[in-house]
Amino acid sequence: MSDLQTLQKQLNYDKTFDCVQCGYCLPACPTYETMERETHSPRGRINLVKMVAEGKATLSDLEEPIEKCLGCMACTTVCPTNVEYGTILEGAKETIENNRVKTKRQKKIEDFLFGTFFPSSTWMNRLGKATWLYQATGLQKAAQTLKLTTIAPLHLDKFEKILPPQPSPGERKSRKRHVYPDQPPVAKAIFFTGCIMDSAFFHINEQTIELLRRSGVEVIIPEEQTCCGALHAHSGKVATSKELAMKNIEACERENVDYIVNNAGGCGARLVEYDHLFAEGSDWHTRALAFTEKVRDISEVLVEIDGLHFTKPVTKTVTYQPSCHMTNVQKVTTPPRRLMEKIPGLRVQGMTNPDFCCGSAGIYNIVNYEDSMVILDRKMEDVTETAPDAIVTTNPGCLLQMKLGIERERKQKRMKAVHLVELMMEAKPQPKR
Amino acid sequence: MTVEDKEWVKELKVFIPEKQIMTGYADLVSYSFDGSFGEYMPEAIVQVKTKGEVVHVMKVANRFLVPVTPRGQGTCLSGGPLPVKGGIVLDMSQWPETIDIIPDDLIAIVSPSALAADINKAAEAHGLMYPPDPSSAHVGTIGGNLAENSGGPRGLKYGVTKDYVIGLEFVTPEGEVIKTGGRTIKNVTGYDLTKLIIGSEGTLGVITKATLKLVPKPKAVRTLMAVFDDVENAGRAISKTLTSGILPSKMEFMDQACCIAVENYQPSGLPTDAAAVLIIELDGHPAALAEEASDIEHIMKELGAKKIIVPQNEEEANRIWHARKQVSPATAQIKPTKVSEDATVPRSQIAPMIERLQQIKEKYQVELVVFGHIGDGNLHPNILCDKRNNEEMGRVEEAVAELFETAIDLGGTLSGEHGIGTMKAPFMERELGAAGLDMMKRIKESWDPNNIMNPNKIFPEKGQKLVLRNE
Ligand SMILES: Cc1cc2nc3c(=O)[nH]c(=O)nc-3n(C[C@H](O)[C@H](O)[C@H](O)COP(=O)(O)OP(=O)(O)OC[C@H]3O[C@@H](n4cnc5c(N)ncnc54)[C@H](O)[C@@H]3O)c2cc1C
Ligand code: SF4
Ligand code: SF4
Repeated sequence: MSDLQTLQKQLNYDKTFDCVQCGYCLPACPTYETMERETHSPRGRINLVKMVAEGKATLSDLEEPIEKCLGCMACTTVCPTNVEYGTILEGAKETIENNRVKTKRQKKIEDFLFGTFFPSSTWMNRLGKATWLYQATGLQKAAQTLKLTTIAPLHLDKFEKILPPQPSPGERKSRKRHVYPDQPPVAKAIFFTGCIMDSAFFHINEQTIELLRRSGVEVIIPEEQTCCGALHAHSGKVATSKELAMKNIEACERENVDYIVNNAGGCGARLVEYDHLFAEGSDWHTRALAFTEKVRDISEVLVEIDGLHFTKPVTKTVTYQPSCHMTNVQKVTTPPRRLMEKIPGLRVQGMTNPDFCCGSAGIYNIVNYEDSMVILDRKMEDVTETAPDAIVTTNPGCLLQMKLGIERERKQKRMKAVHLVELMMEAKPQPKR
Repeated sequence: MTVEDKEWVKELKVFIPEKQIMTGYADLVSYSFDGSFGEYMPEAIVQVKTKGEVVHVMKVANRFLVPVTPRGQGTCLSGGPLPVKGGIVLDMSQWPETIDIIPDDLIAIVSPSALAADINKAAEAHGLMYPPDPSSAHVGTIGGNLAENSGGPRGLKYGVTKDYVIGLEFVTPEGEVIKTGGRTIKNVTGYDLTKLIIGSEGTLGVITKATLKLVPKPKAVRTLMAVFDDVENAGRAISKTLTSGILPSKMEFMDQACCIAVENYQPSGLPTDAAAVLIIELDGHPAALAEEASDIEHIMKELGAKKIIVPQNEEEANRIWHARKQVSPATAQIKPTKVSEDATVPRSQIAPMIERLQQIKEKYQVELVVFGHIGDGNLHPNILCDKRNNEEMGRVEEAVAELFETAIDLGGTLSGEHGIGTMKAPFMERELGAAGLDMMKRIKESWDPNNIMNPNKIFPEKGQKLVLRNE
């Protein structure tokens, strides 16, 4: 194969032809709206990938537009010809990553970021002492002493402020790995904890397990599970991401369960697409399919089982900020709304443009802080219009971002950001049976 | 010399904020295409947000003889916003959207970047409606709609964009601001420049504001679907309906190939063994609609419809329209490249046209499907092909050429909706005759003496041919 052919393969050149350049994705794309140029639109990005694959543009032309893409996949939901933008984006990221000529210094920075800063498989097992984000914020100081701050001001102090109080290491250690409902179980599930959820929002994970338990589900929390690999894939580290997927598939195969449940829209989106990582017909592909078939968001399982009734009215106005990955990749849109409808006293106020990304997008808000804040401020306009007491989310990234948004608007006194699970627990759910 | 060093770029920067001028390679590539064929690199993209900025750009461009190509959202299907001669792409899409509805006058005053769908939504809040409904209404700008004189299914009853414009503000190629028309429906003062600018595809100037006419929003709508075994009968049923005192708001047609594609893609309950499916929408007072619907049902039956589906509720009606919407994605599954045409014929020639299209399909061995707004003779023959296959694209070019000739032979026109742009320019003389085309050219020359305004559109270059191949 010639160099260009190799490049075309890496960039999924063939898939770019599915785009008929109709522009239907333009109104859906947050970065087209905030950055105001076609270069940062889905159609523009796909066209650039194609141009690079044809040798009419270079990888460095592509770098910024791809880096500034949120990966929110809003474009795929509206695309009339079903362009596989996710595949194109991932291919572009990987190709850029593999072809980047790195200076020693850049390499050091990257090792630092991906070895220590971002969740890794070894990291999960070391949980307990410090949590990831706390570690991360601590690391910023370390980075300063290492004179690595030029990698981009990471603004981690902004995130430190909004983190909830952390459980003691003892609490974490005493987590049960196998939980039974009071009555004979109606279903059996593995709970996928997720790195960020489990570090920053440990209590929400505990509540999720409790909701499942009260619904009549037997819950297993395998120790061998690891990071879902989404953040790695979004950063072009596809190989690592694949390894993580294999570990998770193995960990879950050991138990014979009905569901593999998660409560993080972003993780769930990765988990349901594990089969895309392996060649069709391969052994791993079959195993991945068996895995993805069972993957569910917590809201889906709760609606499916329908084992709870809420005993305490929550007299609040809330607005729902759906997770992009949950909407556009998992295609889970109604279950969270159904559950909220069941909470007595709750008023759910729809916002304009709910499907506009909040700008958190994995680690986007950390690596592209300024761009992310423009998107967030835009989102907060729509949020504020609904005058909610709380913004309900279904993903840790969104939850953090919304908390940040409330901070920026100085509305901490009037508004809170909560995970749907927290909201449900507030309504004192009890088993129906 | 880099673009940045050019005198005209420096001049632009005197008045236009730096952020609104792009010259980076990735940006230039991103404004080199539209929804049709061909890539042409501009030298700079200038985003304008005020009339003053447009005036400045035009004055500079006219002085330095730099071509200027206006661009809305680049959804054009005929190459209108392609910077064929390089120069400046004038991006109108980032102009802040303003839509002022003046309910008492039944008008809307809008910015060039407003979306037709947004205008209609704003009108509906006052019990009014903005009828033109191109299927790209939620993406394309009103500036683009005006420049292309866009239309949609509602054209049958309500007409197209040009029927709703009563006044324009625009900037000439020499940088002068002109206002045409006004706020009244009746206006016979001087030449009707408004109508001249509409459909001029950005070759006469830049539209910076439009005053649009609104109509009362009908109280109710109703849908029917009729299935025919041959196209001729379907054609007769349409004529019979239109001569029996009923004017439906939409009459849409799908051929067998379309129905099969949709059913393969997403089963939607369309018949796959029928030659023609008609979807009809009526709007008006609910009482009148009930009667009209039953009249149409009779007519369809009388003229041989083998099946008539009358939805019992909104959900069922929506399902029918959803099936119609699936035509585009469904046919895209056949092959990746779509050549979407919009040749239009007099209503009486619909059946002959469809027959000729079948012949073209066989003669050139191309994947051709036909659907469209049959009530006003506006068909959408679509050829599905693969851009990468040069041999196939050669056949497609020939098929398209014959398709255009056929439409003209039957007393129709090259384009009912999408415009001429670069793609159809070679066929202009065939339709208009040498004198007709020459008169248009003289108008263009007097408006744009330096030929800087979207050059190489509408008018063919000597010996220009339809080209769908890249190399
Ligand atoms: C999927 C799809 C469906 C479509 N459906 C329809 C349909 O149903 N009916 C229909 O009629 N068309 C349809 N179109 C064609 C297209 O959407 C219309 O022509 C639309 O009006 C173009 O608007 P735009 O903002 O994208 O303009 P562009 O494509 O950017 O430009 C179109 C032309 O307008 C000129 N222009 C733009 N703004 C200005 C301005 N302010 N002043 C002067 N000139 C200007 C440009 O120079 C160019 O020649 C469809 C296109 C697609 C991709
Ligand atoms: S909507 Fe799909 S086909 Fe249309 S421009 Fe966007 S990606 Fe391409
Ligand atoms: S993934 Fe989101 S940000 Fe990226 S191109 Fe699609 S819509 Fe835009």
